[in-house]
Amino acid sequence: MSHTPPVTAPRARIRRLTITRFRSYAAAQIEVADGPVVLTGPNGAGKTNLLEAISFFSPGRGLRRAPLDAIAQAGGDGSWAVAAQVEGALGEVMLGTGGDAPRADTPARRFRIDRETASSANAFLDHLKVVWLTPEMDGLFTGPPADRRRFLDRLVLAVDASHGTRVNALERALRTRNRVLEDGGDNRMLGAVEHELAELGVAVAAARLETVQRLATEIAAHADDASLFPYADIALDGALERLLATAPAVEVEDRYRAILQDNRPRDRAAGRTLEGPHLCDLAVAHGPKGLSAARCSTGEQKSLLIGLALSHARLVTAMQGHAPVVLLDDVVAYLDADRRAGLFAALSALGAQVWMSGADPLAFEALADAERFEVRPGEVRRAR
Amino acid sequence: MSRAVAGPEIERLIQLLGRMPGLGPRSARRATLHLIKKRETLMAPLALALQDVLGKIVECQVCGNVDVRDPCTVCTDIHREAGVIVVVAEVADLWALERANAINAKYHVLGGVLSPLDGVGPDDLNLGKLVARVQAGGLDEVILALGATVDAQTTAHYITDLLRDSGVKVTRLAHGVPVGGELDHLDEGTLSAAIRARTTL
Repeated sequence: MSHTPPVTAPRARIRRLTITRFRSYAAAQIEVADGPVVLTGPNGAGKTNLLEAISFFSPGRGLRRAPLDAIAQAGGDGSWAVAAQVEGALGEVMLGTGGDAPRADTPARRFRIDRETASSANAFLDHLKVVWLTPEMDGLFTGPPADRRRFLDRLVLAVDASHGTRVNALERALRTRNRVLEDGGDNRMLGAVEHELAELGVAVAAARLETVQRLATEIAAHADDASLFPYADIALDGALERLLATAPAVEVEDRYRAILQDNRPRDRAAGRTLEGPHLCDLAVAHGPKGLSAARCSTGEQKSLLIGLALSHARLVTAMQGHAPVVLLDDVVAYLDADRRAGLFAALSALGAQVWMSGADPLAFEALADAERFEVRPGEVRRAR
Repeated sequence: MSRAVAGPEIERLIQLLGRMPGLGPRSARRATLHLIKKRETLMAPLALALQDVLGKIVECQVCGNVDVRDPCTVCTDIHREAGVIVVVAEVADLWALERANAINAKYHVLGGVLSPLDGVGPDDLNLGKLVARVQAGGLDEVILALGATVDAQTTAHYITDLLRDSGVKVTRLAHGVPVGGELDHLDEGTLSAAIRARTTL
């Protein structure tokens, strides 16, 4: 990381965060200046809740992937709100999101930009990008491929705002095909569904492939065998993705369509679609050692993941011209002193606004210019 | 539950108006009060108009549109191009295209889109009559004016296949650059679709 040149691109910054009836908080507000933000407090005090609140300024269900009805403070009317005063890519802006008190059976989420309604969280992406690392991601390399696909899709989403919509459409197309197979639908119906599925599947695979290739280039540009955060070798592993590397997308669509048609009996028997981008995997290896990430030690996996996240943040900065807001939930405490110092240096070089949480204030002592806050159940205040 | 502020007849009116799309309970109260205030000039003619339409409304047996006559006003309009049929999912889409004054053609309303996940199959849509209209001859083009959702696009592929051997040209709406849009703000999917649907100038 010592070779990383300082990033001069402007950064998106949250200046003030206000949360209302959110998780463990009835109400709380944090105002921050320029330094990295450090939230410390005992386990269960609500540190992650604050990071989660920020993660809602990104499309999706936030860093906990929470269902909408689980976010509001217990005992309230079910409504909740998060607002942020942001110095973003387009200047000063007030972003807001929240949920109304649930009526009937559908809790709805609302999005506001400068007090005007926005149609979805995608609109926030014009102003700021948010990326995060959480302890739940520690098992990423040894867990199921679905976790790595979700991780990859978040990486893509930060550089391609429409990726989420595309992935949702692909999932619907897959469910539709499985249902038609199950219901014994005729060939014409299956053909229609597969036509759409092939278009969406190839679009999703191409977007993932492009991000992986860009990220690999970014990693290669900063690869340093001596770094405490080893560089990763990354590749997208899947039949469709391999085809896309050598053939035009339209041709791959035709071939995927033919595969789907040939596989109908097999897929009908299995009750699901056995080929496609919904089964690809993000292959990650320890670059200097040339060893698959899954076979690395727990500590090495953690360092690899942090290195990957830093590379991605640099890629987002390079592509968008603005550094993203980085959330590191409980990441610092588990690093030794050298790695901690290395991480702080890398974050400083990144130029992004970073929000970090941890139980032990001592772990952040080396950060001279940090904005420190103490978190206690239901409240947060500036540390003295 | 709030206490009633008016007699049951008025409360019922509020309740019914509140079921209209775009109206919540609060705006339904406002609309009711407005009707009461203008009962001679608005409420009475509205009641008559509702009664009148209720008694006469029919589904067009040719295209599936709703009107007070069968065949509908659109189907019997001799000034429309008879060789082109625009296929839409709902009557609302027909009205939207007419509002845009985009094309002077006849229509075919499917009554929805294929959605196996919601239990909507080919037999639930107005597809048989579309095939019959195409087979009856005299058509040059069928335009599929369906949305860009998974279900709408699946429906478009289905109809394309259904009419493949009919000898009639089947086209669909272009997906691409919105009017007033800038290229660098478009996602790659939309850009690829726009390139695919490019036209000669």
